[in-house]
Amino acid sequence: MPELVKERDKYADHLLCSGHTACPGCGQSLAARLVVRAAGRNIIIVNSTGCLEIFSSKYPESAWEVPWLHSLFQNTAAVASGVEAALIALGRLDKVRVIAQGGDGSSFDIGFGAISGMFERGHDILYICYDNEAYMNTGIQRSGSTPTYARTTTSPPGRVSLGNPKPKKDLPQIAAAHGIPYVATATVGYPMDLDRKVRKALSIRGPKYLQIHVPCPLGWGTDPSRTIDYARLAVNTGLYPLYEVEDGVTKAQRIPRRAPVEEYLKGQVRFRHLFEGAGRKEEIAEIQKIADRNIERFGLIAE
Amino acid sequence: MKITLGTVTRPGGSRVNKTGAWRTAGKPHFLQKNCIGCDLCTLSCPEGCIFGTGQKTYYANEDFCKGCGICANVCPVHDIEMKPEEAEDA
Amino acid sequence: MLKGRMIQGCRAIAEAVTLCRPKVISAYPITPQTLIVEELASMVAEGELKTEFINVEGEHSAASLVLGASATGVRVFTATSSQGLLYMAEVVFNIAGMRLPVVMINANRSVSAPLNIWTDQQDSMSVRDSGWLQLYAENNQEACDLILQAYKIAEDHRVMLPVMVCVDGFVLPHAFEVVDLPTQEDADAFLPPYQPLYRLDPDDPYTMGAFAEPDKYMETRYMIQRTMEASIPIIEEVASDFKRAFGRPSGGLFEKYRVDDASTVVVALGSMAGTIKDAVDELRNRGESVGVLRLITYRPLPKEALYEALKGAQNIVVMEKALSLGNSAPVATELRSVFHGRPASPRISGFVIGLGGRDVTVDDAKAAIARAQQQLVDMEFIGIRTDLELEGINA
Repeated sequence: MPELVKERDKYADHLLCSGHTACPGCGQSLAARLVVRAAGRNIIIVNSTGCLEIFSSKYPESAWEVPWLHSLFQNTAAVASGVEAALIALGRLDKVRVIAQGGDGSSFDIGFGAISGMFERGHDILYICYDNEAYMNTGIQRSGSTPTYARTTTSPPGRVSLGNPKPKKDLPQIAAAHGIPYVATATVGYPMDLDRKVRKALSIRGPKYLQIHVPCPLGWGTDPSRTIDYARLAVNTGLYPLYEVEDGVTKAQRIPRRAPVEEYLKGQVRFRHLFEGAGRKEEIAEIQKIADRNIERFGLIAE
Repeated sequence: MKITLGTVTRPGGSRVNKTGAWRTAGKPHFLQKNCIGCDLCTLSCPEGCIFGTGQKTYYANEDFCKGCGICANVCPVHDIEMKPEEAEDA
Repeated sequence: MLKGRMIQGCRAIAEAVTLCRPKVISAYPITPQTLIVEELASMVAEGELKTEFINVEGEHSAASLVLGASATGVRVFTATSSQGLLYMAEVVFNIAGMRLPVVMINANRSVSAPLNIWTDQQDSMSVRDSGWLQLYAENNQEACDLILQAYKIAEDHRVMLPVMVCVDGFVLPHAFEVVDLPTQEDADAFLPPYQPLYRLDPDDPYTMGAFAEPDKYMETRYMIQRTMEASIPIIEEVASDFKRAFGRPSGGLFEKYRVDDASTVVVALGSMAGTIKDAVDELRNRGESVGVLRLITYRPLPKEALYEALKGAQNIVVMEKALSLGNSAPVATELRSVFHGRPASPRISGFVIGLGGRDVTVDDAKAAIARAQQQLVDMEFIGIRTDLELEGINA
């Protein structure tokens, strides 16, 4: 057994500490830990209702080493606006950074209006959306972020259905349309890229939006040990483009190693119905088209 | 236990919850053979329970390790193996 | 010679709020609260009110914003009415549960559907279970006084609960009245700076809004209930402090007008009590033994004090601008429980009047009193029109 790391050093960068009750292999718990590691101690976090909130704040245990508040499901951006306003009134906003975070449920759907209001008012807040593509905390129901043909409990495949019939809402582009100084997509599959984007965002004053793709082993039906693999595959197929929009200028990141969408879809139970029997070739081709469109639109492949 | 106004609580209390008891499929063994000290295992653990200060010093705090296997999967030199609970230490 | 100046209610309220030095204000405009928000905005623009004044996209966000600011340790203010109050209802409950001393003005207005912008008290009545203290003002002078008292009550460490000051929409904010407002110096002496118990601060981190399992949740409600009961003497304490500081009585649990020797007492909330007092005077001149008890503090319900004040009456006539659809009217129902099982048992009759801003007249008050004296009434509407056909209802 190697020499034990000193107690203080051990927890120095564990501002979301162990003992939380996330599922083994949870992409969101990893992403949240990386975010708070990059952000440091001088922050206040406002968190919406969802997996992250539930597994980290069961009274009286808290996994948060930084100031943290949970209010309701849809008001995170508004509560964070209040925290920021109070910090301005107290003259502390130059030292203390405000992060508002939630899942795709509270960001794409029920809390969408409040986010738009926060962007429009120009608050100095970093909004982070942990995108696992469904309402996972309540048992895997469909959200505005659920991709086409994914199985959820409210968009199940069946005799007359092939899963979620709707496309995924493009929230990063909607955020960029507000003209805020920084918008980025990231993934838990590339932790250092995520780290860089968090630090970059926090160095900018004004509203920022960061959307992090996080596989959910339970909801997606993936092997918990392969969370990072699936996150990388989403990027490498082109289905989850990584890019930053800074003051209106988009800078996309080249795909490290291109993969066909089948490689990403076939290990996930939520897409298994597309591979049963003869397989749903047309639908898989449709998904490939979405990936191809992203690649073309953002220039994700080197010429 | 005290119920505070508004269920306000102090930081870090979750460490009383020893999630190591969740493991069923196995736990990570750090072989300390090929380790290049890249820190990826530390970075990739959702529990934040892997510690190390350089090449061949990494270990998982078994009080908290849930046995998800991400570390073993992510190690670029395959220096971590998931083994059953009863297996002898490497 | 009246002390004070002729001023519109919305302006007086805005000035009273300014005297309390809130650091963050966020309110979404809704008739008839709008003028209050506009006056505050104008005071900010003129440099008369130094605060972070945030225009948000809806009432749910307005309440959420002041929740976040209050949790960060500053004094806050918001205002709303009717649909806005209902829209922010989940945040209203959340603020009380988080024990944040937010102060709000609710300009009482009717609730949709159908849409109606005029005054009644259905809106604030619908959130009476939320854990907020509710104080009802009769006139703008009292509204301003109650704002100052509200902060003092809310921020008392023995309370730490939000307070809603209710003012009848249009009747108060839009009307002109002579209002005596204290100087900033006197207001500061009465209301010291806010000292939070817990706040969001990286130098001393807390986790707020943790979830509570069944083995802990009930205790949090028990705590709020006991605190609200214990706040009754604190409300009276603050009212006496106010009287001592400003030389005139204001606020408290209720106002008694010719009640002590009355055999019939009308109970009412808000501005219509003024009309009822006129009716009482007319009836007294005819030799009738009537009075009116105007309830100021509705939540917490001051049961013991109400029992003591009303136990000598034979007839209690409750007139309300609200009702609990499917049952009776709220104040009448609750007043009956005050007397339940106690030695004194006056007849308690309930009347619903003035919904949707329909005018409450002296004759209406006299009619209610006469009806109640003739017969014990569980709940009756006053002034339902007989010239209209009401689909689905036998006339």
